[in-house]
Amino acid sequence: MPIAITMPALSPTMEEGTLAKWLKAEGDPVAAGDVIAEIETDKATMEIEAVDEGTLGTILVAEGTEGVKVNTVIAQLLEEGEDAGSAQAAPSGGNGAEAPTSAPDTPEPAAAPVATPAVAKPVVTIAADPDIPAGTAMTEITVREALRDAMAEEMRRDESVFLMGEEVAQYQGAYKVSQGLLEEFGDKRVVDTPITEHGFAGVGVGAAYRGLRPIVEFMTFNFALQAIDHIINSAAKTLYMSGGAMPVPIVFRGPNGAAARVAAQHSQNFASWYASVPGLKVVAPYSAADAKGLLKAAIRDPNPVIFLENEILYGVSQEVPDLEDYVLPIGKARVVRPGTDVTIVAYSISVRDALQAGEQLAAEGIDAEVIDLRTLRPLDTATVVESVRKTNRIVAVEEGWPVCGICAEIAAVLMEQAFDDLDAPMVRVTGEDVPMPYAANLEALALPNPNKIVQAAKSVCYRD
Amino acid sequence: MVVRILRLLRPADIGVFMAKAPATDKPKARRKAAPKSSVDATPEALLQFYRDMLLIRRFEEKAGQMYGMGLIGGFCHLYIGQEAVVVGARAATEESDAVITTYRDHGHMLACGMDPRGVMAELTGRIGGYSRGKGGSMHMFARDKNFYGGHGIVGASTSLGTGIALANRYLDNNEVTLTYFGDGAANQGQVYESFNMAALWKLPVLYIIENNQYAMGTSTARSTAQTKLHKRGDAFGIPGSECDGMDVLAVRDAVAKAVKHMRAGKGPYILEAMTYRYRGHSMSDPAKYRTRDEVTKVRKERDPIDHIRDQILESGAASEDALKAIDKEVKAIVTDAADFAQQSPEPDLSELYTDIVITADAAE
Ligand SMILES: Cc1ncc(C[n+]2csc(CCOP(=O)(O)OP(=O)(O)O)c2C)c(N)n1
Ligand SMILES: [Mg+2]
Repeated sequence: MPIAITMPALSPTMEEGTLAKWLKAEGDPVAAGDVIAEIETDKATMEIEAVDEGTLGTILVAEGTEGVKVNTVIAQLLEEGEDAGSAQAAPSGGNGAEAPTSAPDTPEPAAAPVATPAVAKPVVTIAADPDIPAGTAMTEITVREALRDAMAEEMRRDESVFLMGEEVAQYQGAYKVSQGLLEEFGDKRVVDTPITEHGFAGVGVGAAYRGLRPIVEFMTFNFALQAIDHIINSAAKTLYMSGGAMPVPIVFRGPNGAAARVAAQHSQNFASWYASVPGLKVVAPYSAADAKGLLKAAIRDPNPVIFLENEILYGVSQEVPDLEDYVLPIGKARVVRPGTDVTIVAYSISVRDALQAGEQLAAEGIDAEVIDLRTLRPLDTATVVESVRKTNRIVAVEEGWPVCGICAEIAAVLMEQAFDDLDAPMVRVTGEDVPMPYAANLEALALPNPNKIVQAAKSVCYRD
Repeated sequence: MVVRILRLLRPADIGVFMAKAPATDKPKARRKAAPKSSVDATPEALLQFYRDMLLIRRFEEKAGQMYGMGLIGGFCHLYIGQEAVVVGARAATEESDAVITTYRDHGHMLACGMDPRGVMAELTGRIGGYSRGKGGSMHMFARDKNFYGGHGIVGASTSLGTGIALANRYLDNNEVTLTYFGDGAANQGQVYESFNMAALWKLPVLYIIENNQYAMGTSTARSTAQTKLHKRGDAFGIPGSECDGMDVLAVRDAVAKAVKHMRAGKGPYILEAMTYRYRGHSMSDPAKYRTRDEVTKVRKERDPIDHIRDQILESGAASEDALKAIDKEVKAIVTDAADFAQQSPEPDLSELYTDIVITADAAE
């Protein structure tokens, strides 16, 4: 029986791709490990390697074909004694080719860790940002590019700013956030470190003591656990312990929160951990424009700033203002969808879900106001309280665990400042109170989603 | 079927069957070069090594395919190319000895005798997996096989393995612990904290550094001041040596020597196995940090499975047919595991909230 060679997925979320090139012709011998074809997606070029050995039988999908669905049979591999004739028989199960293993021209991550899942652009409108002057031209770029541009602009502006971390230079960043920085700034200012988080976080803090402005990238914040001692004990407390003598201008940045299918050690949200520490500032943007404006602010800030990004958002394209020097204030939330019936507060990727929920609620006649917290320390409680005074109802959303989370903090603030304004008890929509499971069905269950937010909003409106 | 062309043997490969005197134990003497192995194994042992390595190779290829079909998600770090390390090490230890490793763990689990079905079903996130679908590729455990995991945090296995060795010393049972980690992990601070404690307390732990030359996209030369990683124990007085990690017999012999040292109560040992990963770091890898030629050259010249195949045929330990029979057997095992992994159901949704904490009586 011939073996079916099927269109492989480059990541669990890839659905289709282009069959760019056949490197073997019908009748060519194929050995395990031979590259037989190249496929492309919007993110990467990948080679398909043969796993079984045999002869390439009929090619069923011609090169240049676009939109080839994953798992489509693209060719047949004939085993010993078979000819193309027998290949007409139904191909046996299995897959004669290997998932691609190399992407010579990867412009985007799909990189080392997990391939960034393609995120559908939310079909929601975001309210105009009052910080952007009316009439400003906008350019659509990805969150990844916005972060890179912020670093590049600050590095051009200030010689003391430099970037260090694992794979930030030659590899262009594990998630390609530092793409092009090595080429522009050289290896003095874009520094690849060994895998030594505790060590290089301390090295960064020491350099900040001496007056530099390091940006320390953690490949993900899961690995910052190795370094959290320096973040808290050496960075956050030093200004205080020195009676104001020793400021620590440093940014610790990287992806935080759940990625896709990477299980408990690689999928967790540390926002509330850092947000509880005096001496730190904590920023967690959602949009590309905020990512840029706030990262620039973080780099200029004279304090240690924890800058929490999100892997799944890196590839999302959004509009960023074409302004010479777009710097946003740290510590200010933003109303991203004005409304009157219920307030939904969220940060980072949960803003996406909250905005989608806002659209669904509108369709059901509930006018939700969505607030993007953007900064978690200092928390802009005034914006939240003001909204609640108007709507009298609130749902708080975060992807992290519920216990001692950011939502729990908001509940406490509302008890103190807006108790009499509430017409219903606040409801939280959070990640479930469990380590992140690997199984696809359990993982989906463990995370917030727009439907859960819609349900919560209806319940505080007594509409369920 | 393409007839496999056997590559010519390199002079160093041409071994003879010979009875070797038991290796003399001189732990303090450092080797200058990697030990050369001669074919001093029984035909049965050679065939077993061939089978065990081939099982890992085929299993990993299948996992790669299933990833491509969307059946496996997230990270999936394949062990292809490095098979001789775990198979050789296992051959020099007892089943009661412990093993702990990193996220590149499928080969270690198979070498420990864990069921390919259970491993593959964990990769697909199904209830039949070793962690009931909750752990995935990087997180599986089997207490009955003395396999202590799959750990996703680079460097973590070193102190954990040292702790297992501490427990074994405490329990006075003469078991040793094989603690695997990578060349990149060798730079983590906890490695040296562990070395110090292991040497101080003379713990029976073998640190096996699988030096596949790259940590993600960073070569050892770009990350490491002292690239002879087995010398990293010098400051603690821990003996170390290097072996050809692409040669199962070389690994077996080197591990045997280290095990003897440990069982004699002389404390830890560091073995650096020089190896190579053929595939990307995880499933998609831009692969710009090395050339395709470099990978092809290693595959052609140093492949551990081709190597033992040649040794078997050259020495007359078995015929081509015998090897073919093994190929068939292995293929059937892997196909069965893949079928099982697709048929096993997803975990019940109630599993989300199980296994978070345990009651004292359930732990009995
Ligand atoms: C503490 C920590 N930092 C970073 C990572 C991301 N990471 C995963 S594997 C890896 C490379 C490790 O290389 P090496 O130790 O040589 O092992 P190999 O992958 O080659 O087997 C990195 C940086 C991690 N998992 N844990
Ligand atoms: Mg390595």
